[in-house]
Amino acid sequence: MKMGRRSVLRMAASAAIMAAAAPLTGLPAFAADETIKVGILHSLSGTMAISETTLKDAMLMLIDEQNKKGGLLGKKLEAVVVDPASNWPLFAEKARELISVDKVAAVFGCWTSVSRKSVLPVFEELNNILFYPVQYEGEESQRNVFYTGAAPNQQAIPAVDYLMSVESVERWVLAGTDYVYPRTTNKILEAYLKDKGVAAADIMINYTPFGQSDWQSIVAEIKRFGSAGKKTAVVSTINGDANVPFYKELANQGIKAEDIPVVAFSVGEEELAGIDTAPLVGHLAAWNYFMSVDTPENAEFIKKWHAFIKNDKRVTNDPMEAHYIGFNMWVKAVEKAGTTDPDAVIDAIIGVAVPNLTGGYATMMPNHHITKPVLIGEIQDDGQFEVVYETPGLVPGDAWSDYLPDSKDLISDWRKPMSCGNFNVKTGKCGGKGT
Amino acid sequence: MLFRPPAIRRSRRPATRGLPGLLLLLGCLALFLAAGAARAQEAGDLRPLVDALGQGGFDFDKTETAIGSLAETGDPRVVPALEALSEGDLYVRKADHAVFIGKRGGAGYQLTDPLTGEAAGEAARGAVDKIRVNNNLRRAIRTALGGLTLRSRDPAQRRAAVQSVFDAADPEALEPLEAALAAEKDPGIAELMREARARILLNTPSADAGDRLDAVETLRARGDRDALAALSGLVAAPDGKVDPALRAAAAKAAGAIKENLALWEAAQNVWYGLSLGSVLLLAAIGLAITFGVMGVINMAHGEMVMLGAYTTFVVQQAIRGWAPELFAWSLWIALPLAFLVSAAVGAAIERCVIRFLYGRPLETLLATWGLSLMLQQAVRTLFGPTNKEVGAPDWMSGATHVGGLLITYNRLYIVIFALLVFAALLVLLKRSAFGLQMRAVTQNRRMAASMGIRTPWTDMLTFALGSGIAGIAGVALSQIDNVSPNLGQGYIIDSFMVVVFGGVGNLWGTLVGAFTLGIVNKFLEPYAGAVLGKVLVLVFIILFIQKRPRGLFALKGRAVDQ
Repeated sequence: MKMGRRSVLRMAASAAIMAAAAPLTGLPAFAADETIKVGILHSLSGTMAISETTLKDAMLMLIDEQNKKGGLLGKKLEAVVVDPASNWPLFAEKARELISVDKVAAVFGCWTSVSRKSVLPVFEELNNILFYPVQYEGEESQRNVFYTGAAPNQQAIPAVDYLMSVESVERWVLAGTDYVYPRTTNKILEAYLKDKGVAAADIMINYTPFGQSDWQSIVAEIKRFGSAGKKTAVVSTINGDANVPFYKELANQGIKAEDIPVVAFSVGEEELAGIDTAPLVGHLAAWNYFMSVDTPENAEFIKKWHAFIKNDKRVTNDPMEAHYIGFNMWVKAVEKAGTTDPDAVIDAIIGVAVPNLTGGYATMMPNHHITKPVLIGEIQDDGQFEVVYETPGLVPGDAWSDYLPDSKDLISDWRKPMSCGNFNVKTGKCGGKGT
Repeated sequence: MLFRPPAIRRSRRPATRGLPGLLLLLGCLALFLAAGAARAQEAGDLRPLVDALGQGGFDFDKTETAIGSLAETGDPRVVPALEALSEGDLYVRKADHAVFIGKRGGAGYQLTDPLTGEAAGEAARGAVDKIRVNNNLRRAIRTALGGLTLRSRDPAQRRAAVQSVFDAADPEALEPLEAALAAEKDPGIAELMREARARILLNTPSADAGDRLDAVETLRARGDRDALAALSGLVAAPDGKVDPALRAAAAKAAGAIKENLALWEAAQNVWYGLSLGSVLLLAAIGLAITFGVMGVINMAHGEMVMLGAYTTFVVQQAIRGWAPELFAWSLWIALPLAFLVSAAVGAAIERCVIRFLYGRPLETLLATWGLSLMLQQAVRTLFGPTNKEVGAPDWMSGATHVGGLLITYNRLYIVIFALLVFAALLVLLKRSAFGLQMRAVTQNRRMAASMGIRTPWTDMLTFALGSGIAGIAGVALSQIDNVSPNLGQGYIIDSFMVVVFGGVGNLWGTLVGAFTLGIVNKFLEPYAGAVLGKVLVLVFIILFIQKRPRGLFALKGRAVDQ
């Protein structure tokens, strides 16, 4: 057969693409029926790439580890990476592509709540499984989704409790970026604070647009609010990127953590990597995992991560631990069910317990949330957090907040016979307010 | 026992002038030496107190008690231990539970004895435990240090001490504070001490009523937020706890301070507006050239800013690696490099893309938008998606008070820098041959070409100039914003807004437009909130453009009608 110059070129090009794609999937190619495909749905470009790229790498590492242990059900795992490019409708399209075209057994992905909401109908329609690794606002429980990040009662409420009891805070600034997660969280917190007897005049709520970079007047306002003679704290749901200028402005205006502490729910090791943290020592963050936690499991995880990413300066963070837990739970559930069929796995995974990285166990609850310890950490000058408080026991995630009138009567239990994500205990019917 | 000698001094206060004062000083010195000698015998007694700091662990209350008992000794030698604890440098040796100051060095820690300051050898990482501190402990330490360092030789330390005594307002601190006040020579610090004394008196219900009224006056004279906080605390105190006359005086003083502060707040808002305006000016001024003068809708303008910021990052990395002593100069070194990098990329874009699209604004818009995405992704691939840390040289951090205004240095320098860039650009356009050619090409391309100007060459240089200035803006913005691939996106809309509002093709319009938008934004923010404030500014611009489609300062002449 004669080959034209063009077809040679084409072949060379496709070979090059295949060669380039191989390291991307992290695996040599196996025959299709010998592998179990796992979808990774994290933005690798656009605004959210800053946070989500790390999670993609973490997933590749976990899949790699599992393959070294001999795979799953005697088959190799194969990662399928797609890039939804921080574009919410594209998340739904890419999810559809992963499930219908690539036939993945489960998907690990999403970061923002809006991206999760955009893929929900797809997972429901095509009946697949999504593991969502980020702390979120709650008020949701869906049959096909497993929430491995913190619900508000596993992060926000304990953080406020800590400030109230240990730092005797009486005045509260709830500052957040203007979108669904901060708005819902602040609604819950406001109801909770009022429940605890805080006067409305002692709560200041402030929202800023995405990517806010000029914080001068808002920080000055916080300072003014904090000089009323009562101990004041800021509860920050400010989104990732806007935090750096916010903290820089705090430092520049001389607000120290001893005077007005800031407790953040979206600032982790990764976000601090962009700032000189010396002026921020003592500001707080509430998470379920910190890189500084001193356990053998965590040391092992960090070691593997550094080896995998080939850079020992890279940090680990809470959503990475959530993926670690979620992935191990899925592996265990698949082994228990003996198949990757979503229905079987969804039933099998409830009650599955796997070790977390902070020396305890995470168990999948019937409401598709998991049990977590809540840690409060103070920022240190090396960009790490030091744990100053840890809840005595594990806190189970609560899908429906007890402090909002719309959701306080709702519970979620996906076990038979209830099989309902929003069961109203007052009316005894499935399908109250909410989803 | 430390505070007894000052009591003697206080009784002789009228004599603290001239020769008797000198004698007194000598006397004090002798007393101090004697006390020191006496204390030296107790060095062994202090050690268990210091070691008690290491017993607390997660029980912060226990550590706080230990800090309290250290402070009670009143011995200045415990200061280093407390300072180290506050900074998180205090460690407890697991073997014998002794407490040391540790500095990271080599594989483990270099230990120092906190009381004597002598080196105490090394310890492996696992052999020592860091003593945990939280905000409460830091506050307790600050209060304790305030009491201990009121008599320090270092004026800065005394100042800090007075402030922490003021903040703590602990009645127990009154006696040592009065002693320190009697000995204070620096009038500024003495004034601060009087204010701290007033604050404490207001917090001491048992104090003399006349003294407390005087204290209200002292705080009123101080007139800042701290004073207001103290006075409002008094006003808000429950009935029966405060004498009505005192409450009335406090309420009056608080009202006066509030009024005064409101004026300063307005001034502060103007300053914030100017500072936001200068950022807008920096971001928009390059666009004023490419869009305003050349008429090219350059959506990749923000990415030129981003390239400038990344150049700063690379320069700082290089300096950190090769010549750390130059770090204070890193921004100055980055400026020309950022200009060159962005100008080169700009020139390349003009040569390869834009020159084929002159006169076709829609295609230019799409093409440059695509370019902006490519540049972003290229930087993301090269440097990674995470934020890069661009350090601030010392002279750019911190703040200063001008009257009741708080002015942060980084903002101050950015305002000055923006104005300098503006002035330089104006001179270049109005006074140089290149500026003349540029204006000629803009106003009448064919005529300029007939005069022998190489118009394509001028186009390229103009575009490169606009891009280069965006690069310079990136150096400044790296000081206040995230250095991430998305840096430019946040500024592109604002830049277009400023240029359109100010009047296309007019540099002065850009200047006035930037500062107007900055100030309007900052006055709206406290009332309407940041989100609604932005919306209102946009609505305002839309209405304004309806009325004056060519912006604030419309360029008159034939060029505009083309």
